[in-house]
Amino acid sequence: MKNLIISSISAVSLMFGASAYAASTVTVSGSTSVTGVMEVLAEKYQAAQADAVEVQGTGSGAGIRAANDGTSMIGMSSRAVADDELKAGVKQFTMAMDGIAVAVNNANGVQDLTAEQVKKIYMGEITNWSEVGGANMPIVAVTREVGSGTRGAFEDIMGLIRKINGQKVTAISPRAQVQSGNGAIKTLVANNPAAIGYISLGSVDESLRTVKVDGAPATKEAIRAGEYGVARPFVLMVQEDTAAEAQRFIDFIMGEEGAQIIESEGYIDVQ
Amino acid sequence: MSDVVTVNHAPTAKQSGQVVKALEASANRVDWANHLFKYLFMLSAFIGVFSVGLIGYFLIKEGMPALSYAGVTNFVFGMEWVPPVLFGIAPMIVASLISALGAVVIGVPVALLTAIFLAEVAPKRVADVVRPAVELLAGIPSVVYGFFGLVIIVPMVEKVFNIPAGNTLMAAIIVLAVMILPTVIAISETALRAVPRSYKEGSLALGASPMFTIFKVLLPAARSGILAGVVLGIARAIGETMAIIMVMGNSPAMPRHLLDSARSLTANIAMEMAYATGLHSSALYTTGIVLLVFVMVLNATLLYLNREKAR
Repeated sequence: MKNLIISSISAVSLMFGASAYAASTVTVSGSTSVTGVMEVLAEKYQAAQADAVEVQGTGSGAGIRAANDGTSMIGMSSRAVADDELKAGVKQFTMAMDGIAVAVNNANGVQDLTAEQVKKIYMGEITNWSEVGGANMPIVAVTREVGSGTRGAFEDIMGLIRKINGQKVTAISPRAQVQSGNGAIKTLVANNPAAIGYISLGSVDESLRTVKVDGAPATKEAIRAGEYGVARPFVLMVQEDTAAEAQRFIDFIMGEEGAQIIESEGYIDVQ
Repeated sequence: MSDVVTVNHAPTAKQSGQVVKALEASANRVDWANHLFKYLFMLSAFIGVFSVGLIGYFLIKEGMPALSYAGVTNFVFGMEWVPPVLFGIAPMIVASLISALGAVVIGVPVALLTAIFLAEVAPKRVADVVRPAVELLAGIPSVVYGFFGLVIIVPMVEKVFNIPAGNTLMAAIIVLAVMILPTVIAISETALRAVPRSYKEGSLALGASPMFTIFKVLLPAARSGILAGVVLGIARAIGETMAIIMVMGNSPAMPRHLLDSARSLTANIAMEMAYATGLHSSALYTTGIVLLVFVMVLNATLLYLNREKAR
């Protein structure tokens, strides 16, 4: 009997303990591209105070839905969100900018491409490097898989979109090689002198070389100045009457410390 | 001996009554261990059947929306894969079939000769080195095969055929040919060893050479077992995913020749599953249904071959 009382007390306290814990958990979901930097932000935030942060990478579309439905306190998107995509009472912030770098092999002599040339390469209309001022060798275009946020942003920005039956679909040539993940694209481009690929600016390293697009280099400065065109915003969406802990987390992200973390992760702080 | 006979007198009525009682008692006692194991075996058997049923049901349920949206004909014979509007997987069916058949064309002769070597030709000490090596080949994870293909086979294909990108059907065929070796070798060797010794002895006694015996007597006799090995090899090649993703380039367009990049059915599912939603996601399950049908056809072939063997 005594045991029963003790165990039921501890069970009840466990229940209340858990609900108290859940009340101070900030839920964040959406774009898988934003998830990486968001997890670092969450880790630093949790180390500094008591609230917990739960981050889920579900995709930009799901992030917008989550913010509208309130299934997550904060939604993440790696593309610009139109006002009519959001319900009344849902506001959005741009927490950072992410550049998409167009990259070629270190042995490739081409330094500068126009946005139009990049578009035509991916549509399969330009197929030899000599057509864009390079050596006489076929172009091996490498793209991300359908559905990837980076591919979606690249298609949107470059206008690589056509319409079939009234629906917007990709205009990237089906002959382009497909790799899943920034890492796989980097490996392929770094090992193939004829390859061209696009990756998140944060993942660029010396294994490959970025090309200028319309004369602007793929650098943070050029993106901040609005010169480099192949860039996208990381957007956070939150309901105006959201919980106080979600607002505190957003203040942290938009503050000094958040900006430093965003910069150190290779993205461009916009404040 | 005679002592035993004198001691061993006929049982009295009382004694035989006790024996009957003991027998009845043991007959009436429920043998729980026996029952327990019987049902344990049955349960285990049903877990496998249940899983197959559940996976099949799940695939069809999730794949139906895309199948009814596109129609079977458009889905299976469609040439364009542009989710979420066009779901044609003909290029991927072709890529899966060509890569598997190519692997068989290159891999099976090598595997068959290895099996003959192990079963008939090799001295025991050599066979004891070769066999574990082949078995080890079966244990290498497919991602390692993919990596090997990416750093060795792909650049080699680029050099040999002088093409800009070696991520092609050809590279996939070479990697798959190596991957099916252990399956085909192991089953063919078992089939060759199962041929009755009298066949071989009879052939040799008639004055046939060892090679004549191998090719004209042993191989025909082991035919159905070897074919079963080949079918399992094809199934392995069709089902391979990771290694293929790494070496085949994954373009969803119809390959024009062996030096074109292509995407297999398995790669299509694995590559796009992470981000797919709605109809697109459903179309990936439908791709799974097509794969399941392929595997069912292969297994039916295997059953047919085994039936031939039993006869």
